[in-house]
Amino acid sequence: MKTNTLKLIKYQLRDVMRSRWGLFYLAFFILITDALFRFGGSGDRVILSLMNVVLLVIPLVSIMLGTMYVYNSREYTELMLSQPVKRGEMFSALFAGLMLPLSATVAVGIALPFIWNGVLFTHLAALGYLIGTAIILTTIFSALAFMIALLTEDKTKGLGLAVVMWLFFAVIYDGLILVVIYMFSDYPLQQPVLIMSMLNPLDLARIALLIEFEASTLMGFTGALFQRFLGSTGGLLTITGVLLMWIALPLSWGARRFVTKDF
Amino acid sequence: MIQIEQIRKSFGKLEVLRGLDLTINPHEITAVLGPNGAGKTTLIKSLLGLVKPDSGVITINGKRINGDASYRSGIGYMPQNARYPDNLTVQEIIDMVRDVRGNPEDTDEELFHAFNLKTELGKKFKTLSGGNRQKVSAVLAFLFRPPVVFLDEPSAGLDPVSSSCLKDKIAREREAGKTIILTSHIMSEIQELADKVVYILDGVIHFEMTVNELLETTGERTLERAIARKMKGAA
Repeated sequence: MKTNTLKLIKYQLRDVMRSRWGLFYLAFFILITDALFRFGGSGDRVILSLMNVVLLVIPLVSIMLGTMYVYNSREYTELMLSQPVKRGEMFSALFAGLMLPLSATVAVGIALPFIWNGVLFTHLAALGYLIGTAIILTTIFSALAFMIALLTEDKTKGLGLAVVMWLFFAVIYDGLILVVIYMFSDYPLQQPVLIMSMLNPLDLARIALLIEFEASTLMGFTGALFQRFLGSTGGLLTITGVLLMWIALPLSWGARRFVTKDF
Repeated sequence: MIQIEQIRKSFGKLEVLRGLDLTINPHEITAVLGPNGAGKTTLIKSLLGLVKPDSGVITINGKRINGDASYRSGIGYMPQNARYPDNLTVQEIIDMVRDVRGNPEDTDEELFHAFNLKTELGKKFKTLSGGNRQKVSAVLAFLFRPPVVFLDEPSAGLDPVSSSCLKDKIAREREAGKTIILTSHIMSEIQELADKVVYILDGVIHFEMTVNELLETTGERTLERAIARKMKGAA
């Protein structure tokens, strides 16, 4: 009886479509993308610049909005669980109710300016790749948001944790890798660093994008390693696999917790 | 009939229910009372499967609660404070619950009309006043004609007219053979409605009596006084 999930998603999407943050998020991507075109970018350069926006903004927005969303849905969750709705169904509906509109917003917000600047079809592959990565990042950080919000009942603590987690993946982690490289510069570091960057979904997404766009000069140490060790295709497959793990692990932990917890 | 046997539940170090036994008779209104934090809401949430007891058995009409969701189609629940998605209209919220319940044909819209909610149907949930939110959740509790209804502080936030509408409805449903569990801080309301009073203290049933018994044994005229006397006698 997964149909309850679909029924609930239908109403949640209506709710989200009328909410203000959805509109802001959409407007943000449209404005940024269009501005990049206006400031003299060709399609390629716009995509490369967008890459940095995607890598920075999407994890932040997904994890913050996501955590808040789970906390704000608490009473709603409770009410629906007092109806003949299974916990698993409710969990799926909640997650889809966050991840689907966030992903759709990003996809539409980025694609629209490409359409009206008339370069959609000349850049379809690269754009699809960028949007695909954006959606994977949205899903990962939404899953992490669910994990955080189910970890603690305390909203303030949860939101704090969300900020810290974003900072960790976006900023601190790279610093840590640099420290490791510096401290152990006498040793062969390829493999440890490769493994370390596997443990950061943001690094992985960045490397995946850079490999695909062949911007090897921007790729840095880990990116070059990936390419050398795994080759373009092998590297991408490995990265995709690990990224999917980054969705599956927090989500299955969250689902298990959601099914057993008290409301 | 609802049977609760040796229910225990702790939240961290706090032991809320400590081996509570209770049998709720069908076709009666049972009022669950007790000081704040005594475990009333935890008890009701355990019956709904929202809280999973550490140990003990709950059976509703002979079926043991064990994580299956279907038994809840026979239960209506009005929580202390309900919140639905902010941007859904009242109509959509009703449709949503109706959908999840499989769109039954035969629904009870008596309260909906009594509360005059028609004018609110197109309004978004976030724009509703606290009282109107309560009304929506009262309507939803009775809408699907469930044989068992849980009402957690039903008249909190309602104006006198609506509150008496709701009380009339509760009394009528009892006559129609519903099993109703009620919590409230308003003793006169309970005196008016309830058949039986169950008093929870420190996570167990402190006493369990019909309203008449309670008044007779204490010799008081109001339920409030009767309970106060009974508690003083115990202390």
